[in-house]
Amino acid sequence: MSTYAPGTVRLPLGLRAERRPLLVCAALGVLVVALGVTGLCYGASWSTPAEVFAALAGTDPSVVITEWRLPRVAAGLVFGAALGLSGALFQNLTRNPLGSPDVIGLDSGAYTGALFALYALSGTAAQLAAFSVLGGLLATIVVYLLSFDRGFSGLRLVVIGIAVNAMVTAFNSWIVLRADTDVAIAAVGWSAGSLNGVDWADLRVPFWIIALLFAVISLRTRALHQTLLGDALAVTTGVGLGRLRLLMVLVGVGCTATVTAVAGPIAFIALAAPQIGRRLTGSPGTPLLPAALTGAVLLQGADLLAQALLAPEALPVGVVSTAVGGCYLIWLLTKEVRRA
Amino acid sequence: MSARLTAREITLRYGDRVVSTRLSLDVPDGSFTAVVGPNACGKSTLLRALVRLLRPAEGQVELDGREVASYPSKELARQVGFLPQDPLAPDDIKVRQLVSRGRFPHRTLLSPRSQQDESAVREAMAAAEVTELADRPVQELSGGQRQRVWIAMALAQETPYLLLDEPTSFLDITHQYQLLHLLARLRDRGRTVVAVLHDINQACRFADHLVAMRDGKVVAEGRPGDIVDAALIKDVFDLPSVIVPDPVAGTPMVVPTLQGD
Repeated sequence: MSTYAPGTVRLPLGLRAERRPLLVCAALGVLVVALGVTGLCYGASWSTPAEVFAALAGTDPSVVITEWRLPRVAAGLVFGAALGLSGALFQNLTRNPLGSPDVIGLDSGAYTGALFALYALSGTAAQLAAFSVLGGLLATIVVYLLSFDRGFSGLRLVVIGIAVNAMVTAFNSWIVLRADTDVAIAAVGWSAGSLNGVDWADLRVPFWIIALLFAVISLRTRALHQTLLGDALAVTTGVGLGRLRLLMVLVGVGCTATVTAVAGPIAFIALAAPQIGRRLTGSPGTPLLPAALTGAVLLQGADLLAQALLAPEALPVGVVSTAVGGCYLIWLLTKEVRRA
Repeated sequence: MSARLTAREITLRYGDRVVSTRLSLDVPDGSFTAVVGPNACGKSTLLRALVRLLRPAEGQVELDGREVASYPSKELARQVGFLPQDPLAPDDIKVRQLVSRGRFPHRTLLSPRSQQDESAVREAMAAAEVTELADRPVQELSGGQRQRVWIAMALAQETPYLLLDEPTSFLDITHQYQLLHLLARLRDRGRTVVAVLHDINQACRFADHLVAMRDGKVVAEGRPGDIVDAALIKDVFDLPSVIVPDPVAGTPMVVPTLQGD
């Protein structure tokens, strides 16, 4: 007699998974690799995939591929995954598809922190990272406190977050206007969110931080899915809700701020990726892995577009993600308004 | 009559609004305890305190002589299960997935699903009669079916205690009785069931321990046949009535004598 349900697949170690999410994640994984390879091939002169693999394997070294293109592609994929994960965490937390870090002011808060490090301090990579996290946390705390009224409400947090985001964005513009011209020009280019010119030196620390955050949250995914049953059932089935929420906020802020410190506030990946991932897998709630994979696909895809559209002039990837994501936001808003 | 789950002189309040002061209650082991009383008498609040959703401002709730607040979350969740009035089903969740969520307190950080988890889910679905619905999305179900699915989830938790907040509201009369029969069967199989019920006659018929509340206080408790009379109903509900034996079960049946204006 089989005790296993239809529609599920047995995995090694006695693990089992639903078939459709598994297939979708595998397909997304293939897409991630394909976009990655395309990114490595693409440039002023195209390389063939064979040249790319040879360069990666070290049999036919190519500085252009491993030192110029690879960091950018790695950043596109890893940062995309981090943004997707962060979006999924906040959307689970607020129980609202609009509750993503870029909408509720986290990105712009992190950007404020980075601007501060750039102008008031010497603007080293470590300072940028630290102050981005600080700015992101500060924005989150402000939004959280303003929206806390005898209990936690996801919708209230989203609405207040949108207002805070607008104010912080205005504040950021003000800082940039006051700055010296050359610094301001650099900051404005960066403010759209861009992967232009990233190299390995920029990425080492952020990659370690993101890997650590992924490891921490992946241990708590089951508890996270349990919270979707509502606060009462989450608690009475054994979830330590207060601690879990704090962890989700810290990991979400950490991911977003780390990306912002290097690439600036790249909008809409965190908003769109979790919902696209959810629809593709047909899973209950907003699962994390599909969100991260979709985020990687979206950001890397957007960055390829950004490089190709006005070639040889490279567009900031944030311009592309905003143009595409903006349409998605309009659609989402009309849908949510109709539902409310 | 022994009681592992007890409330000792608990004061319950939301902010400044005091609901109950120095309330004490023993939940008899192996009983079907029904908590009845008028709207806003503090029934649900008491239940929330018993499952640690609300921390008493004074006094304490104890399980086996130990304050529930001192239990690790999962350990308490393996002892006391709860079904709130308005549980949320995640979008797109299927019945079997939802019922499986009841196994959460039995699983450790990385442990895969065990044979015991599988059989607990299967038995819970069978007991709540939702096996045929296993692969249906919860959103598509009727109110009665959905309530049975939630019960199945609570059953899969395999707790000696099961507390339910108004489990029969939103159900039509047939499903109300089916659900109450199910709860009585669970009691017969050894679980302790505590339910907030609206219908005093259903409470008398199915429960073996009745707790009547008013204004945050326990007015009377005991076997329905021993404590329910016209004076109690007047005290608790402000309703003049005569009490007759239920023609089917023989338990007390409240027939209001209040006439229209």
